[in-house]
Amino acid sequence: MLRWLQNYPHFLEILWHFFENGLAPLKRLFNPNGFFEPAILVIEKAGKRAVFNCQMCGQCILHSTGMTCPMNCPKNLRNGPCGGVRQNGHCEVKPEMVCVWVEAYERSLKMPTYGRQLAELQPPLNNQLEGSSSWINMFNEIDTDYPEGWVSTQDVPVEFHLEGHHASSK
Amino acid sequence: MLPQNKPACSRLEETLRAGHFAVTAELNPPDSADPNDVYKAAEVLSGVCDGINAVDASGANTHISSVGICALLTRVGYEPVYQVTCRDRNRIAIQGDLLGAAAMGVQNVLCLSGDDVTVGDQPEAKRVFDLDSIQLIRTVRMMRDESVLLSGRKLTTPPCFFIGAAANPFIPPLDWRPQRLAKKIAAGAQFIQTQYCFDIPRFKEYMNQVRDQGLDKQAFILAGVGPLKSAGAANYMRTKVPGVHIPDEIVERMKKTPKKKQQEEGKKICLDMIEQIREIEGVAGIHIMAYRQEELVAEIVEEAGLLPRPIANVRLDQPAFCINA
Repeated sequence: MLRWLQNYPHFLEILWHFFENGLAPLKRLFNPNGFFEPAILVIEKAGKRAVFNCQMCGQCILHSTGMTCPMNCPKNLRNGPCGGVRQNGHCEVKPEMVCVWVEAYERSLKMPTYGRQLAELQPPLNNQLEGSSSWINMFNEIDTDYPEGWVSTQDVPVEFHLEGHHASSK
Repeated sequence: MLPQNKPACSRLEETLRAGHFAVTAELNPPDSADPNDVYKAAEVLSGVCDGINAVDASGANTHISSVGICALLTRVGYEPVYQVTCRDRNRIAIQGDLLGAAAMGVQNVLCLSGDDVTVGDQPEAKRVFDLDSIQLIRTVRMMRDESVLLSGRKLTTPPCFFIGAAANPFIPPLDWRPQRLAKKIAAGAQFIQTQYCFDIPRFKEYMNQVRDQGLDKQAFILAGVGPLKSAGAANYMRTKVPGVHIPDEIVERMKKTPKKKQQEEGKKICLDMIEQIREIEGVAGIHIMAYRQEELVAEIVEEAGLLPRPIANVRLDQPAFCINA
């Protein structure tokens, strides 16, 4: 198990930065239904499962959620903690588990590059992508094909500053 | 700044915009198919608050639905606060219900994630959570302002909703809570109802952070309060009800009181809290959750000096709406 890697979020964000930008020239290998898809799926599933307990939602936002997989939240929340977190920081539903969002917040503070993305509004999940490769979906912009209505509206402008974080909505 | 250019959607919004200290209260949802049970529960609240919250299977227990309660209340002209959780319905059902509610005259919506199914009396049920609370808030605003559904399909007539959200300043990650509020406001929340506020020092700290960011100018914040029925109830609430934080000294104060006087003491604590909350800058009102003690709400509002309400909602205890007739 490689879960301990999650406690080095800065290292992981550097890795992600390299992956996202360094592999862009190889984009065409990441083709939906392409020759490499089965291999990519196996690698992504095994790697991300070992480190993040990835649930293969197919629209990965790990770098925006403190390198903590939000799909491990029993309520599948994508935008932050619910109102039921216990005083010891554990989950309302699974008392033995630390709240995904408590971890996400702490880790995001150690992420100078992507940490502030925690403040971004995440759109509703596309349930059709479950089980598919988020890498393929990313390189082909399938995961950012948000519902038409969602895209048609803007966020209300809110400025927000917090020690370690600076965020403002678009 | 709060959008002053558009007309208010509801009386509650009008009350808050006019700068009045608002009072809302939660209705105890009957397990009944008799409309009179809803009217009876609402009767004691209608004259003393600016909006009655119709809960959506609170604590993940089945009760009469929030949309049902709202239908009954709007039928007599009352403006309730329609609570919507993401636990039981997917985006298709939620958007449909929002339109239905709006068509019946609902003008206030409170968007929640919802208690998990495991805390209710049917833990074996399937949880949905197709949207989360923030996505729900943004979806409601989208329907209102852009007049579309998530799919992009146009609405013939958009709903007019005063959009609310919940906040819990009392639980981890504490430092993130104000930012989460900012996120809800960015999504479209215009008023906020908080979880039970028993820890005043913590709430003050939270409000300091909220004011520093000017968030109190972007949404109306209503602090949650409520009378504890007994020491046992206090203990139950803080151990069994998700997200409720009651400091030890409050529980001690209840325990020290003889059993017969505990309900009275619970009411006194509630009044103390209201007094202290009113002194905190940036708080726009209170939200009273008096679970199974609705009869106390009128006393609390009166003794807190919050009567009469500045902009009257419909009085259900007036002869014009004589329910049993």
